[in-house]
Amino acid sequence: MEVDIVATLERLAPTLGGTGIEDAQRLSGGASMETWAFAVTGGDAGRREMILRRRSAPFDEETSRSVSLATEAALITEAGRVGAPVAPLIRLCQPQDGLGEAHITARIAGETLGRKIVSDPKFDALRPKLARPCGQVAAKIHTMNGQGIPLKTADVNVEIERYEAVYRATGAQRPILELALQHLKRNPPPVPTTLLHGDFRNGNIMFDPDKGVAAVLDWELSHYGDPAEDLSWICVNSWRFGKADSPVGGFGDYQELLDGYAEAGGVEVPLSRVLYWQALGSLKWGIMCLTMYQSYATGMEKSVERPMIGRRVSETEIDLVKLLEAGL
Amino acid sequence: MIEHPRADELVEAVSRWIDGVRPGLPPRDAFLARVAVNVLGVVRRELTQGPAAEAAAIGRLSALLGHEGDLKALNAELCERLQSGEMDVATPGLLAALKANITEQIAIDQPNYNPEPDR
Repeated sequence: MEVDIVATLERLAPTLGGTGIEDAQRLSGGASMETWAFAVTGGDAGRREMILRRRSAPFDEETSRSVSLATEAALITEAGRVGAPVAPLIRLCQPQDGLGEAHITARIAGETLGRKIVSDPKFDALRPKLARPCGQVAAKIHTMNGQGIPLKTADVNVEIERYEAVYRATGAQRPILELALQHLKRNPPPVPTTLLHGDFRNGNIMFDPDKGVAAVLDWELSHYGDPAEDLSWICVNSWRFGKADSPVGGFGDYQELLDGYAEAGGVEVPLSRVLYWQALGSLKWGIMCLTMYQSYATGMEKSVERPMIGRRVSETEIDLVKLLEAGL
Repeated sequence: MIEHPRADELVEAVSRWIDGVRPGLPPRDAFLARVAVNVLGVVRRELTQGPAAEAAAIGRLSALLGHEGDLKALNAELCERLQSGEMDVATPGLLAALKANITEQIAIDQPNYNPEPDR
C-alpha cells in the first residue's frame, strides 16, 4: 500500500494537537519498517518534534521474533510508567488515520551512534559515568509488568537451537563457532522470566551529554528471559567500537553496570552469567555475519558491503576463544 | 609466475586510486568506496600473509588431530569432533591451536580489531 506520508500526517495534525506539520523526512528504512521525523506546528504547545514508525510490509506477530507496533506502544507506555527513560508515546495509529500499522512518539534529542559515544569529545566528561545508569535503567525495565502485552519467552536452549539451525544451513565449518555452540549448549543458565528489552545495546540507548541516558529506543525484540541477557548484549565486543578495555559499550566496566543494576533494585546477577550471554551474543552476531555473506553468495544481494561483512565472522571468533580461554 | 608487478602491488595500486577519487563521490558511493578499499586491503593481506598462515594452520590442526591432510578436510574433521563432543574446551592444545589460527586470520581480515582483553 503506497501512502503519501506527508499528506496523511498533515490531515492527522489536529489529532496530534496542532494545525499542520513541517520538516517531514524519512530517517531510515529497513525492508519492512519506516521511520519518519516531523514536527507538529500551530498548537498551544508550539512546535513539537515527533517520530513516526510504520510497518510497510505484511507482518505476523505469531511467527515473528519482533513484536507488533501496538505491542511496542504498550511496552513504551509501561516502561515510562516504571520510570525508564523512553520517547513517550503520542499516538498508536488507528485504521482511520490511514498510516497502516504505525505509532507516533515524541522525538528525543540525544546520540545513539556507539562510535560517537566512545570517542566524541563532548562525551568525555560523561563517558566514565555511563555504565552505572545503564544498569539502573535495565533494572527499571526489568520491573515492567507485561500483563496484557503479548510477549514471547526466549528459552536459552531454544535460542541456541535456532541459531544452530541457521549456522548449519549456511554450510560453513568454523571450528570456533562449533566449539562455542556446543559449550554454551551444554552449560545453559537457568531461565528466569523477566520482561526484557531484548536489544539493549549501543544504537538503541540514546545518550545526552548532560542527562546521561535520554531514552531507550526500539522495543521490537522485547521478550521474557534472563535479566543477564539484557545486561550482556551491551557488552558484546563488536559494539565497543575499538574500546575493548571498556566492556560495557566501549565506555564502562562490568562492575559499574552490575552495581547500577543492584542499586536500582535488580536481582543479583553474577558476572559469569553476563559472560555466558555475552559469548552467546558474539556467537549470534558471528552467525548473522555468515548469513549476510550467504545472501551475497546466493546472488540475492550484490552490494560490496555484503561479502565484506563475512570477514567480520573472525572478530567474533577471536572474542569467543578469549572468553572460552578465560573459563567461561 | 610473473614477479613484477606482484598481485599485491596491483591491488595496492587500485586501492590507492579509489582512495584518490573517493572525496568527489556522492555520500553513498563514498561509503561504498571506503568499503571497497577495505576489501582490497583484505585481498592484499591474504596474498602476502595467507600462504604462511594456511601452512601454519595445517600444521596446528594436523598436530591436534594426529594426522595430516589439507586445510578443508582437517577443518571439517575438527568441526565434526567438536559437534559430537569427542573434543571440547578441555581437550589439551585445542584452545591454543584455535587461538593461534584465528589470530593470524584476524590479522588478514581486520588487523586493527581489538579483541576481548585478557582477564
